[in-house]
Amino acid sequence: MKRIAGRLRRRTVTLWTMVVPPTVWAAHFLFSYLWAALMCAKVGAFAAFPTLYVAATAVAIVVIVASGVIAWVQAREPGDAPPHDAGTTKDRQRFLATATVLLAALSTIAVVFTAAPVAFLTDCR
Amino acid sequence: MTDTTLEYVAPDQNDPAVRAAQEDRLRAVWKPPSGLFLRWTDVNNNRVGVWYTLTAFAFMLFAGILALIMRAQLALPNNDLVTANTFNQLFTLHGSTMMFLFAVPMFEAVSIILLPQLLGARDLPFPRLSAFGYWSFLIGGVFVTGSIFFDAAPDGGWFMYPPLTTRTDLSGLGADIWMLGLSFIEVSSVAAAVELIVGVLKCRPPGMRLNLMPLYAWYILVVAVMILFAFPPLIAGDVLFEMERLLDWPFFDASRGGDPLLWQHLFWIFGHPEVYIVFLPSIALFAMLIPTFAQRHLLGYPWIVLAAVGTAFLSFGLWVHHMFATGLPKISLAFFSAASEAVAIPTGIQVFAFIATLWAGRVIWSTPLLYAVGSIAIFTIGGLTGVMVAIAPFDWQAHDTYFVVAHLHYVLIGGTLLPLFAGLYYYWPLITGKKLSDRIGRAAFWVLFAGANLAFFPMHLSGLEGMPRRVFTYPAELGIGGLNLASTLGAFLFAGGVLMICVDMALSPTRAKTTRNPWNAGTLEWLAHPDDEDWGIRSVPLIEGRYPIWDQQNFVAKVDEGRFFLPDAEEGRRETIITSVIDARPIQVARLGTPSFVPMITAVALGSVFILTTYHLYWLALAGAVATLAAVLTWLWTGTAEIPEKPAKAIGHGLTVPLYLSGPAASGWWAMFITMMADATAFSGLVFGYYFFWTIHPVFPPVAHPGPGIGWPMAALALTAASWGATIAARETHARGGVAVARALLAVGILASLASLGAGLAGPWISGLDPKAHVYPAIVWTLAIWTAAHGGVAAIMQGYTLARSIAGKMTPTYDADVRNISVYLHFLLFTAVVAYATIGLFPELAS
Repeated sequence: MKRIAGRLRRRTVTLWTMVVPPTVWAAHFLFSYLWAALMCAKVGAFAAFPTLYVAATAVAIVVIVASGVIAWVQAREPGDAPPHDAGTTKDRQRFLATATVLLAALSTIAVVFTAAPVAFLTDCR
Repeated sequence: MTDTTLEYVAPDQNDPAVRAAQEDRLRAVWKPPSGLFLRWTDVNNNRVGVWYTLTAFAFMLFAGILALIMRAQLALPNNDLVTANTFNQLFTLHGSTMMFLFAVPMFEAVSIILLPQLLGARDLPFPRLSAFGYWSFLIGGVFVTGSIFFDAAPDGGWFMYPPLTTRTDLSGLGADIWMLGLSFIEVSSVAAAVELIVGVLKCRPPGMRLNLMPLYAWYILVVAVMILFAFPPLIAGDVLFEMERLLDWPFFDASRGGDPLLWQHLFWIFGHPEVYIVFLPSIALFAMLIPTFAQRHLLGYPWIVLAAVGTAFLSFGLWVHHMFATGLPKISLAFFSAASEAVAIPTGIQVFAFIATLWAGRVIWSTPLLYAVGSIAIFTIGGLTGVMVAIAPFDWQAHDTYFVVAHLHYVLIGGTLLPLFAGLYYYWPLITGKKLSDRIGRAAFWVLFAGANLAFFPMHLSGLEGMPRRVFTYPAELGIGGLNLASTLGAFLFAGGVLMICVDMALSPTRAKTTRNPWNAGTLEWLAHPDDEDWGIRSVPLIEGRYPIWDQQNFVAKVDEGRFFLPDAEEGRRETIITSVIDARPIQVARLGTPSFVPMITAVALGSVFILTTYHLYWLALAGAVATLAAVLTWLWTGTAEIPEKPAKAIGHGLTVPLYLSGPAASGWWAMFITMMADATAFSGLVFGYYFFWTIHPVFPPVAHPGPGIGWPMAALALTAASWGATIAARETHARGGVAVARALLAVGILASLASLGAGLAGPWISGLDPKAHVYPAIVWTLAIWTAAHGGVAAIMQGYTLARSIAGKMTPTYDADVRNISVYLHFLLFTAVVAYATIGLFPELAS
């Protein structure tokens, strides 16, 4: 476990990795919109348990949570005391990782919000 | 080539004579052009930014006067101060001006002034691009707003819904003026976005890692990226819109297969992020002034970054909440309703972070802070009604009533206008060296606060009573006369507050200069001296914390005495330091653009294309386009990728960095990449149109309109791929010294690009697709023209690069040109794959 954490911490966090969780939200949201638009325009209905939609939502949440967990480990880089706001490589890493964790949390909530209507609405009216 | 680093002897910064000589050289290099006309060729951010700000402020006052005329008309029932027609023009121009000519440009203008100061840079990376953006903005803005004096202003509302606005029998020249004039301004917004993104990512001072960046810079980065993805769909919509108005291609005409809803989608994909594009930069001002007046670091730095980035993403999932009443399936509405509720989370987080910082600090109740706190109160009311209208069933009741007018004005006054006034009082000493009056400022605040609430709170009630938006009058029997009179009184009260602020600013020249850093702030921009020099910063500091003036020892003195980096301009060139994206390690000294007519001429030429097209003067517009191309090529040829006289330069403290970079480390490469992201987004708007039409038609492509076949589109794709391959091969062989082979490959690339242009258009041409007959041929033609035209631009770029090589302006060591156009070619290939697969292969799949 410690070895895995060490390896994760050595991975660099960048602006690109930071926006992975919200990008997954955006992809899931776009998928939701297109899925509903296509089902309703071309089929006229969607299943009570839409397998494709549920699977896509599950994948989105797994990816977001995974990137959140990785960032959580990276943010908890052991060593010096807080506040971690110095101009060091460690603190820069901690900051980007912390921002990623927070974005992952927001993205998880947003994906759940987006998917919730599918559980309640049953037709294309 | 001699190794200059060995000859370099560090100057003795302890010697006042050395410092004075450095200052003389810097002053000479950064000397602004003078003279009645020449002074307008300036490109320095401190001047262009101020012009930009004042122009945007003037447009705000103009749009405010339009609003006062409207409120005067609505003060009493059955009033006849203005006609219905004039009223339509008034509200359309009020909204359009406030959004396109005030809110967005004001953020760009303020950022052009502040960003280099915040980042300890001498200027932004592309000063001439800022100047070009300003002149475009001025020309386009005057063109659009001036139309009302000729009774020709747009009158279809600020979102210009077709078919009212696309049918030439229902709407006149105003619609064209809106569409073309504002498209022109969108170009300048995208230019500003490029400038600001590259500025934040590449022009930070050494040591300012991403975790030390001022929050204002974070917000600007986020907002500029939003512009890249939000404005291009509107540009795509504008293209379709004008094709319908000028050429009768039926994109939004339901009788020929089009759909007015497509415009609503494209408009609001722009329009909703736009709300956050104008809100976040104003909130960014709070992130700067709240720590100053709490006299402590801002709490929750990563949380604020989360809020900015999270809001930016979520704001792209909200657009349909403007379309709740259009009859889309409820499941679609629910997705957008959910995202609209979710966006309240990051918005709330930043407000709480500000409150927490004030709570934990020793608050100084200054005038700027008063505006900041007051605006949060007003914004929160607008936010709460926002959560209400984000719920679809409530929205159906409130849609198109004054309730929505109340909501959006609370949001924009609390989220944009009052924060800008806070910023005005906070940053006025930075720009003029003088403080504004606290007495006038505080009095004006209370007048504004009372005026805003008196004007807009009653609108919630008049809306719920049933008053629709955009009516020029109402009957007395409706019983909303009192509420409307209150709104009118409030609007004039509010205008009185704005007038007080104008008076305060006008009195400023009579006042004495204040001290340096009058608010005792901790961030870099306050290094500015009341008697400001044009060089931006005396020496570029090494940053070790978020509030260097508070926390780094002797910081100000060290900057002033040139003890940090780049304290001199030995070669008589305008320079700034380029650093790496994540950790801000110095990687280059960039030579910056100097005062020039070229940006202004380019803006005039490009403006003429849009303006002449409005009046259907197509041949003159074409001449304008050729002039634009000539101006752009001159600009690039004379002002970019210049081979330096020596490979590297010492910047102090034993550091020597290159004077030239190419590829992904260079700012020019990033500018190309960012521009092409915007271009690809506009293209995806057009592709969205194609598939949107597919979803609304049971059979698409329609049986009556076969074409364009598979052959020509696939040939065009193959030719584009050949052009791409030749360019990449040219880049690689060139880097290895094969200059002759690279030139030959570029020539092959030119031919392939031109051939792809022909083949792309041949498909729809030979199969006889008539774009006026039905929306299918129209959208196929549009995709083909877009892609083929991009092939033509590729040929120009390849020709330019070839000419640069032959002229000796590009060598295997200094090869930025070919590396930059390869970025373009990558995007071109992507465009061609999507476009030609869509028009060539998708019909086979769909049938």
